[in-house]
Amino acid sequence: MSFPILSLMIWLPLIGAALMFIPQGSDAASARNARWIALWTSLIVLILAAITLVDFNPGIHGFQFTETAAWIPQFHIAYRLGLDGISLFFVALSALLTPIAILASWRETRRVRDYMAAFLLLETMTIGMFSALDFLMFYIFFEAVLIPMYLIIGVWGGERRIHAAIKFFIFTLAGSLPMLLALVWMWHHAGTTDMITLMHTPIPPHIQDWLFIAFLASFGVKAAVWPLHTWLPDAYGEAPLPGTIMLAAVLSKMGAYGFLRFSLPMLPQASAYFAPLMFALGIMGVIYISFAALAQTDMKRMIAYSSVAHMGLIIVGIFTFTVIGIEGALFQMVSHGLVIAALFLCVGILLARGHSLRLDQLGGLATRMPVFAAFLMFFVMANVGLPGTSGFVGEILVMIGAIQINFWVAFLTGTGMILSVMYMLVMVRRVLFDHARSIANAVMSDLSAKEWLMLAPLAILVLGLGFIPSGLTTAFHTAVTDLVHAHVAAMSPLSHLAMAKP
Amino acid sequence: MFTAIAVLAPLAGALLAALFRPFAGRTLAVGASVVSLIIAAAAGIITDYRHLVLHLPDHLVMLGTWINVAQFTPHWALRQDTLSLVMVGMVTVVSALIHIYSVGYMAHDRTEPRFFVYISLFTFAMLMLVTANNLVQLFFGWEGVGLMSYLLIGYWYDRAAANAAAIKAFIVNRVGDLFFAVGIALTWLQFHSVSFDTIFAAVPQARSATYHLFGADLPVLEVIAILLFIGAMGKSAQLFLHTWLADAMEGPTPISALIHAATMVTAGVFMTVRMTPLIDAAPVALQVITIIGAATAFFAATIGCVQNDIKRIIAYSTCSQLGYMFIAVGVGAAPAAMFHLINHAFFKALLFLGAGSVIHALADEQDVRKMGGLWRTLPITYVTMWFGSLALAAIPPFSGFFSKDAILAAAFAEHTSTSLFAWLAGSLGAGLTAFYIVRLMLLVFHGKPRGPADTMAHAHESPAVMLAPLVVLAIGALASGFLLAPRFIGKAFVAFWGTSIAEPHHAAVMHALDGIPAWGAELPLLLAIAGIGVAYWFYELSPAMPGKLANAMPGLYQFLLHKWYFDEAYDAMFVRPALRLARLIWRVGDDEVIDGVPSGLARLTSEASGQAVRLQSGSIAIYGFIMLIGLMVLVTVFLLAR
Repeated sequence: MSFPILSLMIWLPLIGAALMFIPQGSDAASARNARWIALWTSLIVLILAAITLVDFNPGIHGFQFTETAAWIPQFHIAYRLGLDGISLFFVALSALLTPIAILASWRETRRVRDYMAAFLLLETMTIGMFSALDFLMFYIFFEAVLIPMYLIIGVWGGERRIHAAIKFFIFTLAGSLPMLLALVWMWHHAGTTDMITLMHTPIPPHIQDWLFIAFLASFGVKAAVWPLHTWLPDAYGEAPLPGTIMLAAVLSKMGAYGFLRFSLPMLPQASAYFAPLMFALGIMGVIYISFAALAQTDMKRMIAYSSVAHMGLIIVGIFTFTVIGIEGALFQMVSHGLVIAALFLCVGILLARGHSLRLDQLGGLATRMPVFAAFLMFFVMANVGLPGTSGFVGEILVMIGAIQINFWVAFLTGTGMILSVMYMLVMVRRVLFDHARSIANAVMSDLSAKEWLMLAPLAILVLGLGFIPSGLTTAFHTAVTDLVHAHVAAMSPLSHLAMAKP
Repeated sequence: MFTAIAVLAPLAGALLAALFRPFAGRTLAVGASVVSLIIAAAAGIITDYRHLVLHLPDHLVMLGTWINVAQFTPHWALRQDTLSLVMVGMVTVVSALIHIYSVGYMAHDRTEPRFFVYISLFTFAMLMLVTANNLVQLFFGWEGVGLMSYLLIGYWYDRAAANAAAIKAFIVNRVGDLFFAVGIALTWLQFHSVSFDTIFAAVPQARSATYHLFGADLPVLEVIAILLFIGAMGKSAQLFLHTWLADAMEGPTPISALIHAATMVTAGVFMTVRMTPLIDAAPVALQVITIIGAATAFFAATIGCVQNDIKRIIAYSTCSQLGYMFIAVGVGAAPAAMFHLINHAFFKALLFLGAGSVIHALADEQDVRKMGGLWRTLPITYVTMWFGSLALAAIPPFSGFFSKDAILAAAFAEHTSTSLFAWLAGSLGAGLTAFYIVRLMLLVFHGKPRGPADTMAHAHESPAVMLAPLVVLAIGALASGFLLAPRFIGKAFVAFWGTSIAEPHHAAVMHALDGIPAWGAELPLLLAIAGIGVAYWFYELSPAMPGKLANAMPGLYQFLLHKWYFDEAYDAMFVRPALRLARLIWRVGDDEVIDGVPSGLARLTSEASGQAVRLQSGSIAIYGFIMLIGLMVLVTVFLLAR
């Protein structure tokens, strides 16, 4: 077996978190140590993630960096890890955003050690979830993400944090129970929880429908598919800013990833059967949530709603079952992770200067903070999908995928182009333009070196992917093509016959 | 090679200006931008000379792959056919002149390097648009110019009106862009390519192909052509999507000249001309283009007659002139459309820059009722603006005469009911055009000074750096017509345009231009002269007449003054319902209905803080066809979920 790089990436943050709890004298010393341990651990994981990106061979079918170890052999449950083109960039995204979130929380003073430990724990869970190749492992990581996130919202959140945290918990937990049932059924059916085996185990169509609904409940809540999204504005709004970044950029992708990893390959007939429903939900997401965003009076919540609206596009892309549509959805997922993280970072920059986030109290910042204004404008343009940014590539690919289904799916998904501009430009105007409104107590300095360090890499990535998207698309092309081919094969009449036999 | 320099120099200029500003000071930053544009203009002229005069082969300049997914593979490339090169030459030259002019015009502005960064970037995006070899690169430039237009309209961002206008411009453009993007997707679906040559080569086989939409099998080429044209309507401010252009005059005047007259707004015309091989195979779409163009040409001209803001008069004129270009595209005279586009770029940039010179002289006064008698104090501005006005009024030998005449003759020669409607609307529009522009000239430069005495006393001619571009453009307004006519629309036009436009249909219409009866050919000119006469009578001989007329027909006057009430109607139909819907969705849909059950659970365990979030009731300029979209969603969701 080769070097267990994935295991290292998963468990290193946990070790880092454990290190923090070794007694270290005064509170101040322990807080300082916790910050540095968190930063260094996450940076090492980032380097490891960079190595996986370099070493990844886009031409190989199936999974790479695989690790297998016996775990509960009598039930055919094993410790299985691996990456393919679909999961590769989500591991990288988690590894990139964790150190940025930690940097963004440098000034946190309440229970610093616990806080940093929670973020490292979150990194373990997310990377573990994206690289798991065993359904039980996946399930455990998927659920365990709840714990650090619940704590982050509930302990370090805003005024209504308890309300938000409980809502988040109830929603996601309620969504997860059906998946547990699905897991048990599939385990019983296939005799193993190996995901690769499950992908090649035919399931009778009428059972597939039930399993699909179970997965939809679980993944739909995480991905905030309309109408399962209402936990999200509260959670995003009340979580401390770095927590919001992880929620919006990484955790929301877990649901979409689940659809790609489970629903599509394991339940091909049900996925095709429910595709119109998914289009409708995705389109409703785009339009309904965009209008909700328009009514927001708080900058953070407006960006939160914008984040959900873009998830609708991703859902539509996934269920087109076309190479272009799915690659567009994947591209959009990565791009959205970068852009939404950057937008929330901009919110954090204002918070750190003592600004209110109320849109009727901000204004005129373009004069006083021109560099900040340039960054915010850039990420807003990426968010509305301007060509030359990564946002455009995902959007046009999804539209081309969608028009292969139906004109209206493409057109209505595309209305996001107009609607996102409406609320985003209103926000830009209220924050950057007009006259300064009530900002009496706010510091007006432009970006600090640390803030440059957080925003500039994201800007470079967003611009780079906008002009050279093939860096991403070649990596996931093989995996997506295989997925689509398998789907087409499963949908052919021949395999229906095969499935008719028990 | 020279094409690449022309395209990339403005980008380099913008980047240098952005870098220089913090480190090397304003002068160097502005200088970098202006010098790079002069280099671009020189390269543009050289490349035009090499290809259009010396006829060097027009190879494609490949810059690299952009997206490569499945069969969707748009490249970065610079096209060097006649159509692109004509645009490159015009854009670089006009942009360079406006850069030079802006050095004087913006001299008092504290943030001037930002202005130059924006207009250089704009020029780069526009050049990427016109040299695109596929629809997606064209869309890149298309959105890029839209962004820079937004930033420049809202350049003075502490003005509420400028911000509202900028947002309105972006949103209305995006409405068109949505249709354009869907059109691109449908093009790819039909042709499995977005490259122009591949698409055009496959058009003959696609003539019989159909696309199922609205419950019927429609010819796919018609659907694509209409989608693309709606995109063009947004960018070129055609009827129904025109409302943003007049408001865009909130931006600095050089911007109005460059973006909202000479270049960006013509992108829609350029795109339809570029797509003529496809659009010509869509007869219904051609009729739609003709009708919308003709309606806009007439409608915008009527509004221009009663406006009082010097820039808004010229803005409605731009709207109207773009309508003429679409008439030409619609009746199959694309070369005439391009001819008018180039002529218009020169004389309209001239008119805007002249207006800027007047505004500059009068300390930012824009109301023509507060001007008058300026011809003594602004002699050079006065003379050059007459050149522009006569070109716009299509009086020979000025340039507008040649191209507008050709367009209306083509509409007459095509001789279908649609094209005759266009000919009539265009001829009436020509009379109105001559009226409103001469009205403007008389109100601004003749009669008694009507502004505050001290402002009028301080009026002064602009510095040389602003006057030089005026003079150059005035020469263009005089000469571009008869110099370019033989190549653009004369006997040799097929050889000149090469494969970039020449289609059999065009050839037929273009050859018929000279054969139409004299009354059909001369009516537009007679109406224009009549328009000038009426303007002279109203504003020079008996200045009381316009007021009496307005009092005699108050309904008509108010209708025109309020621009046919489009803004009011859109506000009532789209903007306010959208905001109401937004509040409804948020407060009722999310908080009460969907959230009711889980929140009830959450309330059991936590104190629900009854945080009353008051909604803002401030009005925001949000334009879009929202209710329509909402309706379509409901229908579609019903259909899909059924």
